[in-house]
Formats: sequence, C-alpha cells, structure tokens
Amino acid sequence: MVIGLDHYLTISAVLFTLAVAGIFINRKNLILLLMCIELMLLAVNFNFIAFSRYLGDETGQVFVFFILTVAAAEAAIGLAILVVLFRNRRSINVNELDEMKG
Amino acid sequence: MLSASAEIFLVIMICIVLVVDLFVNDKDRKVTFWLSFGTLIATAALVMNNTPEAREFIFDGSYVNDPLAGLLKIASISMVGVGFIYSRHYLIKNNLMKGEFFLLSLFGLLGILIMISANSLLIMYLGLETLSLSLYALVAFDRNSSIAAESAMKYFILGAIASGSLLYGISWIYGMTGSLEFNEIALAIAENPSLNSLPLWFGMAFVVVGIAFKFGAVPFHMWLPDVYQGAKTPVTLFIATAPKLAAFALIYRVLVDGLGGVHDAWQGTILIISLLSLVLGNVVAIAQTNIKRMLGYSAIGHVGFIFAGIFTGTQIGYAAALFYSLTYVIMAAGAFGVLIALSDEGDADQLDDLKGLSQRNPWLAVIMLFVMLGMAGIPPWVGFFAKLDVINAVIDSGFTGFAVLMVLSSVIGAFYYLRVIWYMYFEQAPKSKAIIINKDLGAVISINGILILALGLFPGALMQLCINVIN
Repeated sequence: MVIGLDHYLTISAVLFTLAVAGIFINRKNLILLLMCIELMLLAVNFNFIAFSRYLGDETGQVFVFFILTVAAAEAAIGLAILVVLFRNRRSINVNELDEMKG
Repeated sequence: MLSASAEIFLVIMICIVLVVDLFVNDKDRKVTFWLSFGTLIATAALVMNNTPEAREFIFDGSYVNDPLAGLLKIASISMVGVGFIYSRHYLIKNNLMKGEFFLLSLFGLLGILIMISANSLLIMYLGLETLSLSLYALVAFDRNSSIAAESAMKYFILGAIASGSLLYGISWIYGMTGSLEFNEIALAIAENPSLNSLPLWFGMAFVVVGIAFKFGAVPFHMWLPDVYQGAKTPVTLFIATAPKLAAFALIYRVLVDGLGGVHDAWQGTILIISLLSLVLGNVVAIAQTNIKRMLGYSAIGHVGFIFAGIFTGTQIGYAAALFYSLTYVIMAAGAFGVLIALSDEGDADQLDDLKGLSQRNPWLAVIMLFVMLGMAGIPPWVGFFAKLDVINAVIDSGFTGFAVLMVLSSVIGAFYYLRVIWYMYFEQAPKSKAIIINKDLGAVISINGILILALGLFPGALMQLCINVIN
C-alpha cells in the first residue's frame, strides 16, 4: 500500500477531532485543556506539511515554523494566566470557573 | 516599504517605550503615557501620508495597502488614543497605572494594523495572534481580581480554539488552491471552477467558525459577555472598539478578497450566524443587570448587523457593514467612557449605578443618552442611518423577510437601551453626590457624544467615504 496524501489528512483530522473532543469532554483540569490546544495546533501542522509536500510548495512548511513559534508564545501566556487564576482561587478546576453567569 | 512605514515605526516605538518605562519612577507614569500617546499621533500621521490612491502590494504580495486599510487604520488608532485618555485617571485612581497597559495596548494595535493590511493568510494569522495574545494578557491585567483571571482564562481557551479552527481551515484552503495570498486564491478559484466543491467548503467552514469566534457572533459568543464583565472597564473599552475594526478587515479580506468567488457557499452560513446573533444578543441583553455584560450582549446584536451587510455580497452591503462597524465603535467608546467617568468611587458596572445620573452630572447623562439612542437606532442619531443602510442593502439583494427580522430585533433592542435612559432620568439616585469628571476626559467624551449626533445629522460624507474605499 502506498501512503498518500489522504492518509496524512486522515491522521490530521483524527488528531484534530481528539483535541476538540478533549477540550469539550474534560471538565476537571485546565492543564489538560492547554495540552489539547497544543495537540490541535500540531494536527494543523501535520496538514500543512502534507499539503506542502503534495503541492511541492515550501510556503506550507514556512507556515509551520510560524505556528510553532506562536504556539510557544500562546502556551507561555496561557500558563501565566493559569498562575494568576490559581493564586486568586487556589484551584484550577474547570467546573469552578463559574463566577460569572447570565 | 513606505506603505508599511507606520507599522515599522510603531514596532520601533514599542521597543523604546518598553525600555523607557523601566526607568520611570513616577507613580503617574507621565512619561510612558505621553510617549505612547505621541506614538499614536505619529503613527496616524504616517498612515495618512502613506495611504495610496489605488491598491498597492508590497513584501512580495503578502502585504496590501489601499484606501480601505487607511480608513480602518486611522479609525483604530484614534480609538486606542481615545481609550488612553479615558483610562488615564481611572488607572491612577485604581493603582493600575503600569507601563504594561500601554505596551500591551500598543502591541494589540500593531496586531490590528497588520491584520488590516494583510494580503496573505499567514500575515493575517500573525496579526491576529499579536492582537489576541495582547488581549489575553490585558484582560488579566488586574492581577488581584478573581473574575478578571477567570474571564482571561475563558477568553484564552476559546480564543485558542478559534485560532486552531481558523488554522485548520487555512490549511485546507492552502491545500486546495496552492497559495496563501488572497488575490492568488481568488485567481485559482476563478481559473479552476472545479475547486468550488466539498474540500474547499470544508476548509472554509472552519475559517468561518474562527472568524465568528473572534467577532463574538452566536453560536460562538460564549466568551464575550464574560470578558466584557470580568475585564477592567478601560480594557473592556479597548476590546469593544479597535479589535472590531480588525475583525471587519479579517472577514472582508478573507471572505470577499480571497473567497469572493465562492460567495454562494459561505452566504448561507453567514446569514444563519447573523440571524442568531441578532436574536440572541438583543433578547438576552434584556435580562442583564450588569451594564458591561448588557453592552456585551448588545455588541453581539450589532455584530449580527455587520454580518448581515457582509452576506449580501454586494458592494453596497460591504460599504454599509463598514459604516456600521465604524459608527458602532464610536458609540461603544462613548458608552464605556461614561462608565469609566462614573467609576470615581469603585467600579460602576451595575445598571443601578446609572440611577439618577441626570441629577449627579447632567452633561454625562446627555452623552449617555446620545449613545443609547444611537445604539437603539433612533433618528437622527447615527445608529439609525447605520441600520438603515444595512437593511437597504439586505432588501436590495432580495432578503425582505430577513430585513423584517432585523427591524424586529432592533425594536426588542430598543427596550433595554431606553431602560438605561429611564434609569438616568426618572429614577432617584441612591447617592446624591455630584460626579466631577476630569477636564481631558470631559473634553474628549463631549466630542465623542456630539459626534454620534453630528454623524447622524450629516451621514453623507462618511457613507460616501465608505463606498469609495470599498470600490
């Protein structure tokens, strides 16, 4: 069997679905949410590399570098907000993020 | 190069402000404030001088400069400047006068300018992230506030999901058309009509979800009321104004410039999002007692109008949506400016805080009256013409039923805007102490309020400008 574009796209779609499912099913830990977000971006990277190879065009690979960089910055800000939240609440439980309603 | 000189100048000045702020010992941060403010003025001047008559591509076609970009940039920069003036005394009083507020705002503005001028999905994404990352940090700016941290966390997670969805969509569009630049994507679709099929629509759906998230349109609006409520009022003012203009640029560049050829495929989705936003935003706003939250839901309703102008797919519709965005941010700035002015002793964020405002400060009450009548869409305030233009464009493209629904939702919306006016003029104030506002805030907010009326009396010039830049 030859591994073609569609196999890569399927894997990427599965990863992406897993990440989204993880975000919506997980009701306990905010760290897990951050991990799911990373997984989501990695699924996108997979897609870009696959398309880039398929099209023979390097732009997609350059895009991946930018996504990796932004993902690092995003994780830094996310963890910083997490620290602020923990200092105020003494908890990082998703279910307890319910002070505002309406 | 010259076309991007405003952005380059802004980056350099941000670095300078960053370093200078380290050496400022002054508690009021006068140096940081005036340096940031001067940066805004100089950036605006650079934008004015370097806006070309016709569309101009630079940096190998990944950056575009045109009159539309010039108009949106000037409006965003002014909004940030107005926000700085409104926020200054509030920040000093609440012991939040830190360099971070100005730096993060300037970084956010940089992201906005990049988004407005992006001609490639990559540049658009980078601008969007520059803006979003600054906003996440700005919302959590008051470190000791529990609700600010909570809303920042919610904003961060939902914003990150939105970026992920947008990126996934971008990867499919890239895979199908083989390019990231909007004009080349449009060209690829025009040359190869067979592209207009399921794989491209699949990517486009994810992109639309990402855009709707960033706009705060229903059903992706969950973060918006919480962020409006949880963030400090100056931060809410920032989020409610300039990023909305960037969001307009995002939707216009991606869906019209890039995917205009497959308009039929995205029209239905945008129509449904617009419909849900109009109904949910206006209905749920009635139930709110927190005025920042109420204005959040009202923002969702206004986004419905902007989307309505977009889905028509006509030049008139886009111009109406642009006019709506521009006038809406002026009104939002006025609304949050009044709230900041009211926050003399503790934050004013409940509807009850507005009770008897006409006795405590009649002029402030008049400005809030203008804002509320403008948002409700009552002539001759500017909101009326903004709504009228969008509704006209919708009827012109044959969606008469939808136009009726837009009018109905405006009528529902008028209820909670008029209720604010009722509170200000016909309820007794719990505290009778007069509200004294600072001179600079008073002067700017007066101009802001009068502008809402003046643009309503003479909407022709701005409307013509919107039509010209869209063509």
